[in-house]
Amino acid sequence: MSLKIIVLAKQVPDTRNVGKDAMKADGTVNRAALPAIFNPEDLNALEQALQLKENNPGSTIHLLTMGPGRAAEIIREGLYRGADGGVLLTDRAFAGADTLATSYALACAIRKMGAYDVIICGRQAIDGDTAQVGPQVAEKLGIPQITYAEEVQTVKGGKLRVKRRLESGVEVVEGKMPLLLTVNGSADDCRPRNAKRVMKYKYAKTITEKQNANVDYTDMFDSRPYLNLVEWGVADVNADLVQVGLSGSPTKVKKIENVVFQAKENLVLSSSDLDIDHLMFELIENHTIG
Amino acid sequence: MANYYFDNTDLKHHLTHPLMSRIVELRERGYSDAQKFDYAPIDFEDAMDSYEKVLEIVGEICADIVAPNAESIDHEGPHVVDGHVVYAKGTQVNLDALIKAGLMGISLPRRYNGMNFSLVPYIMAADMVSRADAGFVNIWGLQDCAETIYEFANEEQRKKYLPRVCAGETMAMDLTEPDAGSDLQAVMLRASYNNEDGNWYLNGVKRFITNGDGHISLVLARSEDGTKDGRGLSMFLYDKNDGGVTVRRIENKMGIKGSPTCELVFRNAKAELCGDRKMGLIKYVMALMNSARLGITAQSVGLCEAAYREALAYARDRSQFGKPIIEFPAVYEMLSIMKAKLDASRTLLYETTRFVDMYKTYEDISKERKLTPDERTEMKKYQKMADACTPLGKGMASEYSNQNAYDSIQIHGGSGFMKDYACERIYRDARITSIYEGTTQLQVVAAIRHVTTGNYLSMIREYEASDFSPELLSFRNRLIEMTAIFEDTTEKVKAANDTEYIDFHARRLVEMAGHIIMGYLLLLDASRNESFRRSAEVYINYGEAQLVGHADFIHHFAVDNLDTYRQQ
Repeated sequence: MSLKIIVLAKQVPDTRNVGKDAMKADGTVNRAALPAIFNPEDLNALEQALQLKENNPGSTIHLLTMGPGRAAEIIREGLYRGADGGVLLTDRAFAGADTLATSYALACAIRKMGAYDVIICGRQAIDGDTAQVGPQVAEKLGIPQITYAEEVQTVKGGKLRVKRRLESGVEVVEGKMPLLLTVNGSADDCRPRNAKRVMKYKYAKTITEKQNANVDYTDMFDSRPYLNLVEWGVADVNADLVQVGLSGSPTKVKKIENVVFQAKENLVLSSSDLDIDHLMFELIENHTIG
Repeated sequence: MANYYFDNTDLKHHLTHPLMSRIVELRERGYSDAQKFDYAPIDFEDAMDSYEKVLEIVGEICADIVAPNAESIDHEGPHVVDGHVVYAKGTQVNLDALIKAGLMGISLPRRYNGMNFSLVPYIMAADMVSRADAGFVNIWGLQDCAETIYEFANEEQRKKYLPRVCAGETMAMDLTEPDAGSDLQAVMLRASYNNEDGNWYLNGVKRFITNGDGHISLVLARSEDGTKDGRGLSMFLYDKNDGGVTVRRIENKMGIKGSPTCELVFRNAKAELCGDRKMGLIKYVMALMNSARLGITAQSVGLCEAAYREALAYARDRSQFGKPIIEFPAVYEMLSIMKAKLDASRTLLYETTRFVDMYKTYEDISKERKLTPDERTEMKKYQKMADACTPLGKGMASEYSNQNAYDSIQIHGGSGFMKDYACERIYRDARITSIYEGTTQLQVVAAIRHVTTGNYLSMIREYEASDFSPELLSFRNRLIEMTAIFEDTTEKVKAANDTEYIDFHARRLVEMAGHIIMGYLLLLDASRNESFRRSAEVYINYGEAQLVGHADFIHHFAVDNLDTYRQQ
């Protein structure tokens, strides 16, 4: 069967090659000093989407990314590798969003994008490392989710069979579509950009980028409509202004500390209520929370 | 994210050579493809931008995938299962990445799903892939053979095979046999025509066939019964899907171990005649060999680069007697010469590529319309220079890749002799470059006539008249003096009027021409880009000393002295 796939992807500062000036004096990330890249696990997610598309002829992939204007690069990177289109969600009102406000905005945009079968995103982004956005989007849309996905094994009878990579081994589960997957970094690496697709899409631009470009490619954009990238703001996705950006974000950064790990500490928790209760008590006790 | 295109700014320097605008204009025929193909360029800037963006993909794949796989491929190698080749795991991973990136059939016309790229970015991709893994480039680089199909096969065959190459099928050229190596006139593989079904069938054995189990092979075979020389040979296309060829064994080689070198057995293998009968060796193999030689030059340059980088990194890192060894004159001299040989080889590689690109593009255009007299003159000029530079570049660059690999190990000292460092693999991989597609000695045979006919000299005169930055003029004057010595020595050798005497000194004379030509090319590079200034100076110092030594040797050598060297 053909699938309608949405890939959620984020442009992040490349925190893997952190230099001396990676952090500003006030403890926030110095984004200007770090190159902006496609979040690595979102690339794994894109690869899973591309494989699904290859194995299910007629499928389509659309990327959805939220960020400043330059995040349009994420859509182009997706097109270069085989995606069919994408949406850049950008608006000053979205700025300062925590995971709750982000997942709200993404869910609004996904509803606007229309019917879908699978939403695929990376497990977590290398800037915030929360791994919360994917699951929250699924909750907001009211669809099932499979986290830590490593491989989609089969698509049959409206269900996906997915191998999950867990700390203690692998688990194979099935989920009914529409559903959301968060993909683990252990999944297949994303394929390289395709030469012909790069040449085809390299001029693709959002309306804002076109306005800022000093070259007039009007004719080209008229004759090659696929070069026009979709850009949506708060109003386009019918989002509630209070629930987006800073105002929609209950998370407040109180203080940032530089921590140097002394030893490799590891704590394995089961998902039992008892274990989680214990963890919460411990975090409250040592003032990590509250 | 490492990238072999971005970490080497010399590549962009060569890509943006002034002649590129001519080459691309000719290739793109007024950019008419833009109406038909969504990935075709609309103008020169667009084409160059696409070249760069694609080279960026190649650079990324080389650094992130091909280079990291090189060691395991070297250890694992390919093997034979049921008469067919199974690549080492890493080889398949590399190939899949390049295929997914659409990097096959780079310079083929778009109507066959190619990208119609100039040969310059194609050769540049080969340069980078070779730096990453010189053994792997053989498999990827055999897409060269598709050029031969494009040039000489009929339209039906082009339509059948070329899109398959662009989609990622690999190729092979089956020339060598147990008793036909350098002397291909001795090829025995029999091609017989079956009047009943109208097909050709091949029977016999081929040996030392790189990627011999590729999907599509060009096979040189004897189609004319009772003939014994090159005039009885024709070229055939063998499609693996038809079957009939098995791999008897894979050679256990010293280097380029990831590249399967096959012994092939043809048992009534169905094949298609490619081009005209009896033209196999005389015309098609010569064309095939010329493009293959350019490919080996690129491979040599990539190896020169890899050897130099390994040595440089080690020399900076390794301390002895209280300081990094790079600070010792004996070491920094070696590194400077390595870099100069690398830059000299590379500048000649791209100069040759541009010459080939110019004349081949004209040839291609001449199939669509009649060339103007000016165009024909220009085509002939570039063809002549390409013919002169191809063996010169292959001969010199392959020897330099060996010398750089040797020096790279030397700089590593005892560690370099261990299997732990890449320089050891590079050394083994480089060794073949001066042997296959014609040994250096055969390159000299091809090149010496350009010494005696004065082709090199007229090229040198043209370079001499170029515009150089004023601060480089003293170097030009030294090259002018070197040219005078070269002319004088050439005259002396010619005056002896003795073929054996000329053959005996041929290598020396060809190298002398090479030093001068590469010296000029580096000076021209330095005029465009200050960063080549050092290599230009180091290379001219080096080349001058070599040239003077050769001239000295020849001037003290009479025809009678040959006796001393002749083996009984």
